[in-house]
Amino acid sequence: MSDLLTLAQSGYPAPIAGVTLAHYLFVSAAMFVLGLIGFLTRRNLIIMFLCTELMFQAAGIALVAFGRYHLNFHGQTFVIFILTVAAAEAAMALALVVLLFRRKESLNAEAWQDLKG
Amino acid sequence: MLSQEHITGHAATAIDEGGMLTMLVPALTILAVVLCGLFAAMRVKNKAPAFVTVALLAASFVAVLMTYLNLGVEKTWIAHGFDWINFSWSGSENRKLTTHALIANFSFYLDGLTILWMLFVTGLGTLIALYASEYMSHDVGAGYCRFFAAFSLFVFSMACLVMADNFLLLYLGWEGVGLCSYLLIGYFYKKPSAVAAAKKAFIVNRIGDLFLALGIMLIYTHFGSLEYTTVFAQTETYIEALKEGNLEVIPATVQLIPLLLMGGAFGKSAQLPLYVWLPDAMEGPTPVSALIHAATMVTAGVFLVARTYPLFLLSEHALPAVAWIGALTAFFSATIGMAQFDIKRIMAYSTVSQLGYMFCGLGVLTSVGGAFHVFTHAFFKAMLFLACGAVMHGFAGQLDLRKLSGVGFMRGWKVTTVAMLVGCLNLAGFPIITSGYWSKDMILGEAFANPHTQAIGWILLLTAGLTAYYTFRVFFRVFVGPVQYEMGDEHHGAHEDAHGHGEATHAPAHATHATPHAPGWAINTVLAVLAISAFAIIPFTYSHGGWVHTMIEGSTARYEGAAAYLGHGEHAHGTFLGFEAHGALMVVSGIVGAIGIVIAWWLHYAGRTTAATSRADALLPKLGPIPRWAQHKWYVDEFYDFLIVRPLWVLSNIFHFIDQYIVDGIVDLFGAAPSLTGKAVRPSQSGELHSYAAWMAGGMAVLILIVILVAT
Repeated sequence: MSDLLTLAQSGYPAPIAGVTLAHYLFVSAAMFVLGLIGFLTRRNLIIMFLCTELMFQAAGIALVAFGRYHLNFHGQTFVIFILTVAAAEAAMALALVVLLFRRKESLNAEAWQDLKG
Repeated sequence: MLSQEHITGHAATAIDEGGMLTMLVPALTILAVVLCGLFAAMRVKNKAPAFVTVALLAASFVAVLMTYLNLGVEKTWIAHGFDWINFSWSGSENRKLTTHALIANFSFYLDGLTILWMLFVTGLGTLIALYASEYMSHDVGAGYCRFFAAFSLFVFSMACLVMADNFLLLYLGWEGVGLCSYLLIGYFYKKPSAVAAAKKAFIVNRIGDLFLALGIMLIYTHFGSLEYTTVFAQTETYIEALKEGNLEVIPATVQLIPLLLMGGAFGKSAQLPLYVWLPDAMEGPTPVSALIHAATMVTAGVFLVARTYPLFLLSEHALPAVAWIGALTAFFSATIGMAQFDIKRIMAYSTVSQLGYMFCGLGVLTSVGGAFHVFTHAFFKAMLFLACGAVMHGFAGQLDLRKLSGVGFMRGWKVTTVAMLVGCLNLAGFPIITSGYWSKDMILGEAFANPHTQAIGWILLLTAGLTAYYTFRVFFRVFVGPVQYEMGDEHHGAHEDAHGHGEATHAPAHATHATPHAPGWAINTVLAVLAISAFAIIPFTYSHGGWVHTMIEGSTARYEGAAAYLGHGEHAHGTFLGFEAHGALMVVSGIVGAIGIVIAWWLHYAGRTTAATSRADALLPKLGPIPRWAQHKWYVDEFYDFLIVRPLWVLSNIFHFIDQYIVDGIVDLFGAAPSLTGKAVRPSQSGELHSYAAWMAGGMAVLILIVILVAT
């Protein structure tokens, strides 16, 4: 097992030269942070929703990378599930955004500030 | 002659089963209660409840009378109703298996004492219910039903108390009469003073009842039974020991029992220091004052002592205590009675005073005299109350003797006045022709005949003079003299439309209070019957109790010729200033009574031209503050208020504070915690989506930071 691991992590099937797990994780983290910043700074509900999608996919990249790193398909299986859920969730979220827009004639998240404790 | 009988004593009375007829008394009275309740439910607006009550009480009286005529009083009869309480269990004491039982049947113990009491309870109950049918006519409707239901319930409870064959049933009746007393004193429940009086009566009675309950518990623990037959069979042996002078064989427990019972008796019979409730109890309707607070319920204490007389004989201190407290109460309340202006209150203090006499009778070893005085007092005091009640009824609640005068000379008041005169003569102890004279004389004579109780005799003799004075003070002020009156301010309840008087002069409702109205047939009949019976009982009773003597001698109240406090069974002869006590007192008490009447006549009748003033008014300032103190009841109520009521009130306020702010506070704190937490964290719910997200991101960042720091 450890031989196999060493083999995989050393490049079989041949990895892109010089690209390690850390690179994938860096991309994933960068995407996640971009999504987070977008979510925190923008007020448009649709943009905010897209930012959550971005964070979602960043997590997906990390999963696939780890799956490859461990030489199994768990990560990829999970990502398939996540994509399905994300698709369903995107349909529902967009429908909600449409409803919210109809109520306030605005996509601004601050229009809903009266939902406070 | 009496002393001779004291020494010979009487053998234990034979006990047999019978007298089931008396079971009708509780049955009929309970039936009356139920019917009155039904009348109330059916919203009956006539006098039906009164007449049903009168009829059923009369039937009870007949049942008692028949029982007496059929069975006599030579034997004691046990009428077994039904098994009420019957427990038995076994335990071990000193490694021996013992069996205990607690038996209290609904059974009646019929001896002379029971029959005597039941005769006047049911007899007077009937008459007073008839009187009340007219007296309470202003309240026809729900109040009328309530009155007669409580009235019948009272007679039921009194029957249980008097006829019980065990202490538990007696206690049931004892509490029952207390309850009915409370209900009836507070009959005018919209009047704050009546409510306060009812509560006072109930609470003061509780104090006495505690002692009674303790006494009964001690009887059970010592004698192992609550049934009279078992208990008194055991006291027989102690009494035999006493006759031989062996005081030591009587355990301290047994000596304590009568003292506890005495506490109960003094509460119910309004003796020092628990008498304060009875004068206030006059807030109740007058028929209630007459039946419950003069003739019957307040004599329950005397009955208790008479019933448990064998136990009292066993204690060195019980009977002297009874006699002394009785004598002091008699004197003390007579002095208060002298200074009051409310005629019903005067009669109330007089009742307290006369109850003191009865206890003295028992205390100085003439249980016959005590019972005799109960019997005669029941008649004449009921009559006095009813006569005062008739005046109160006719003059719209006027009771102030300074505002009424010459009632006897007004139209339609003849019967009331004659009844009042007869009652006053009896209470004052007018010689020979009044039964009150004979009964009072018997107690006085016996007090002097015993060298141990001479001082009590003198107190009682002085009280007899005071009694004659204050009794005739009422008579001379209110019933004779110039005709002058002022109406009271009593508007008879809210039932103006239901005003039940059929007299033509009373057309508009309010005008009825402007003119007095003379009593109608029911009141007059009752007063006439009582006045006649006050005389009619003399032949039965004069000369050492007569008929009453035969009733008592076979009962538990008989004097056995041995009392612990005399020591070694001796009974030395006392005299009245060197004369034979009974003979001398017949003359002396008559003279003392007459002097009292003459003084009252001189001070309150002779030369009096107005209702408000009399010759006594000129005399009073010379006595300094004493009349004022007496008028304020020697400030006993204020003293109790200061000593007991205030501290309890303060204490209850403290407890209330603790309950409200500390106990409730802790509980409320648990309730308030979530709400306070919610209030504290609520601002974080700002409604801004971005702040939530920022908090979440920040939280995550902190979490990651912690993980990194811990991991490295």
